Amino acid sequence: MIRYISLFLGLAFTAAVLWAFGNGAFVAATQGLGEKTADGVFHAHPHAPEGGFSFEGPVGRFDRQQLQRGYQVYKEVCSACHSLKFVAFRDLAQLGYNEAEIKAEAASWQVPGIDPNTGEATTRAGLPTDHFPSPFPNAVAAAAANNNAVPPDLSLMTKARHEGPAYVYSLISGYGAPDPALRAEFPEFETPTGLYFNKYFATLNLAMAPPLTATGQVSFADGTEATIPQMAADVAAFLAWTAEPTLEQRKQTGVWFLGFMIFVTLLAFLSKKQVWSALHTGRKD
Amino acid sequence: MADTKGTVTQESFADHGDEGVRRRDFINIAAVSAAGVGGLATLIPLVTQMSPSADVLAESSTEVDVSAIEPGQAIKAVFRKQPLFVKRLTAGEIAAANEVDVAELRDPQTLAERTKLGHEDVLVTMGVCTHLGCVPLGTAEGEVKGEFGGYFCPCHGSHYDTAGRIRKGPAPANLQVPEYEFASDTVIRVG
Amino acid sequence: MSFPWANQYQPQNGFMKWMDEKLPLPRLVYNAIGAGYPVPRNLNYMWNFGVLAGFCLVLQIVTGVVLAMHYASDASLAFGKIEHIMRDVNWGWLMRYAHANGASFFFLVIYLHIFRGFYYSSYKAPREMIWLLGVVIFLLMMATGFMGYVLPWGQMSFWAAQVITGLFEAIPLVGAPIKTWLLGGFAPDDATLNRFFSLHYLLPFVIVGVVILHVWALHIPGSSNPTGVEVKSESDTVPFHPYYTAKDGFGLGVFMILFTIMVFFLPNALGHPDNYIEANPLSTPAHIVPEWYFWPFYAILRAFTYDFLFVPAKLLGVIAMFGSILIWFILPWLDKSPVRSANYRPTYRMFFWILMVDMAVLFWCGGAPAQEPYVMISQIATAYYFMHFLVIVPFISRSEKTAPLPKSITDAVLGQAGATAKGARA
Repeated sequence: MIRYISLFLGLAFTAAVLWAFGNGAFVAATQGLGEKTADGVFHAHPHAPEGGFSFEGPVGRFDRQQLQRGYQVYKEVCSACHSLKFVAFRDLAQLGYNEAEIKAEAASWQVPGIDPNTGEATTRAGLPTDHFPSPFPNAVAAAAANNNAVPPDLSLMTKARHEGPAYVYSLISGYGAPDPALRAEFPEFETPTGLYFNKYFATLNLAMAPPLTATGQVSFADGTEATIPQMAADVAAFLAWTAEPTLEQRKQTGVWFLGFMIFVTLLAFLSKKQVWSALHTGRKD
Repeated sequence: MADTKGTVTQESFADHGDEGVRRRDFINIAAVSAAGVGGLATLIPLVTQMSPSADVLAESSTEVDVSAIEPGQAIKAVFRKQPLFVKRLTAGEIAAANEVDVAELRDPQTLAERTKLGHEDVLVTMGVCTHLGCVPLGTAEGEVKGEFGGYFCPCHGSHYDTAGRIRKGPAPANLQVPEYEFASDTVIRVG
Repeated sequence: MSFPWANQYQPQNGFMKWMDEKLPLPRLVYNAIGAGYPVPRNLNYMWNFGVLAGFCLVLQIVTGVVLAMHYASDASLAFGKIEHIMRDVNWGWLMRYAHANGASFFFLVIYLHIFRGFYYSSYKAPREMIWLLGVVIFLLMMATGFMGYVLPWGQMSFWAAQVITGLFEAIPLVGAPIKTWLLGGFAPDDATLNRFFSLHYLLPFVIVGVVILHVWALHIPGSSNPTGVEVKSESDTVPFHPYYTAKDGFGLGVFMILFTIMVFFLPNALGHPDNYIEANPLSTPAHIVPEWYFWPFYAILRAFTYDFLFVPAKLLGVIAMFGSILIWFILPWLDKSPVRSANYRPTYRMFFWILMVDMAVLFWCGGAPAQEPYVMISQIATAYYFMHFLVIVPFISRSEKTAPLPKSITDAVLGQAGATAKGARA
């Protein structure tokens, strides 16, 4: 009996799904599998700067000098529009700054505060315990000031995109005119006013104006020449750090723990072999 | 021990020659102990995760403007999530504090040791009773100041004098004076 | 129950004797996973996954309790609290990565455990109850995993809550009120997050309860084995300890190596980048997918794209998705073959491997965007999925030709000759 109920159920499910398949196949046969779109064809895969990032790989580490340069790019360029709300000034200690430098750095930022006498909202110099302030008081203000596109917080940007550090690097150094092939294949493709063409952006048209415009836009404290790819790589590395400040601790612990686990597993294997040896050889006495 | 059908029980298993036992035991003991070491190592993160996190540990400092405090008045500020008492002593209170024979105190300290040079009238202490952590009374107008005119903890009846020193009751020590400095003549920076 | 030749527990000293009289817990352990539990001697490594699943459950509970100490189930705080754990809590990043990847490993282990059951027909009498409890555990795990994924309150969390509770809208008449009731509002928000957190903390302990029943039920007939031939004599078994404790220990080591690689070197590989974007109720990500372990079932849900007869497509998809797991409940009564192991069922074995390929295809389609050709491929795969369990298995089990079974487990291990030789030597 149960077999016939299940047969009926099975055929019903199969009929329903094959009905959907038939309909879909009919649509596909008469109208094709859906049209190609410009972003589907010409969206470019992000790539890391030449030589890759120092923090890649199982034992990769951050390059402190690069992080400091990247911080400078964030501070002088990105921070005009983008917040970094999960990062505190005290975290800059990991970039190699000492306590006094961090205090001075924090004090160079204005953070929201409360007037101790009147209770009114005001700003004050930052303390190491403060987080990086947002350039806009709220999302509405951010949208209003940016043509309705809210600049996203950058703290986690490199984890919030596939191949994040490479994506950030490619995106901010990859503006330019569309490929002539794109124009040829999709003559109706255009970049609306207020948007900027960028082949690394999912829809190809990005609301952010090119942030890095000229060599020397930032004067690096360590004397490195601030070319656009250099600034892009440095700020991408900095954002990789803001997204995961515990990366080095994670990889170092991992190497140690993995080695230990391999050792224990080897012992466990020998022990297992030892225990079972009598059975496998049929030796009982 | 083994029977004819190839049965292996624990007893038969243990019935090897001496040398076999030693070698087998060694590898098993090694495997189990190594696994035990690994298990113990994982306790480290499980235990330390309960310690204060980096944001809590981060050095925080609080600035308090003391210029508006009149002699005899006190304010309650906040330092590291705990109450901080800042009191401007009157001449009478200073005199009362200095009259005491320090040697007889439970926690011997002079008023001068508990204040900053040149600012002996400004008493800065944590507002945390050293007995079991309640907040003593005596800062606001009209609050009970205890038998010695300083602070009084209502939880278990500890009396502190005008210098915030324990005089009566169960508390073991004087109200703690945190690390602080005068950033200017009117502002103290605590922490 | 146990076999009459099982080793008997003997308290080693006065204290253990006292303990045995007052609370015979050591005896219970001895008989459950100790030397007092005779187990078929021929179990292969596919039998490791039960113990590994238990380990995963403990791992998830331990790391989960730790994470709960630092988390807040408030829609305005939750995302920031996860970052607080990742950045400021001592070893918080390890706890969170272990918990997130632990969920993936738990499902991986459970899938292998279930597939083992399919291949060796472990669900058959006298082990139906073990199987039924196992399916209950799997359903509870899915509910727990889903609600846990909502807690970080990223974009994928939010839209998972929206989409999955939206499934209930498909129920005729009462669907919409049920969705509102589940969410505690008209869209996922504080109320949703709070109840999901509460249930996410509760359900693992319910799972522990059902696992205890699952293991209890297992100890009544004892473990199945790769031949599918029941234990007949003492020589067919070995004591669980030290044989299977040693084997499971080694299996656990291999598991830990893979787990370590994921947690420390590829911690976000199984997650989705969009979940590092804070939930935004006004913007859906371009391509939303559940966690990988739900992909096959998500593909089944999406395969029903057209109304069939009088049933709307949405309802069909929901029924099929839940049905695809619920049919496992009747599997012991659908497969009537007297032979258990697919090793001796060539026809069934072929269909088993087709099912594995089919589930791999469903897995792949479930993770792909909802567009052609993935939808059409998933429809064919879905059709096979239901055909396999509801039509093929019940009917081939009556008609297929099976290979001869070994006389006993001992015969299968040592070979006829070996067993005879042993007998002769004795």
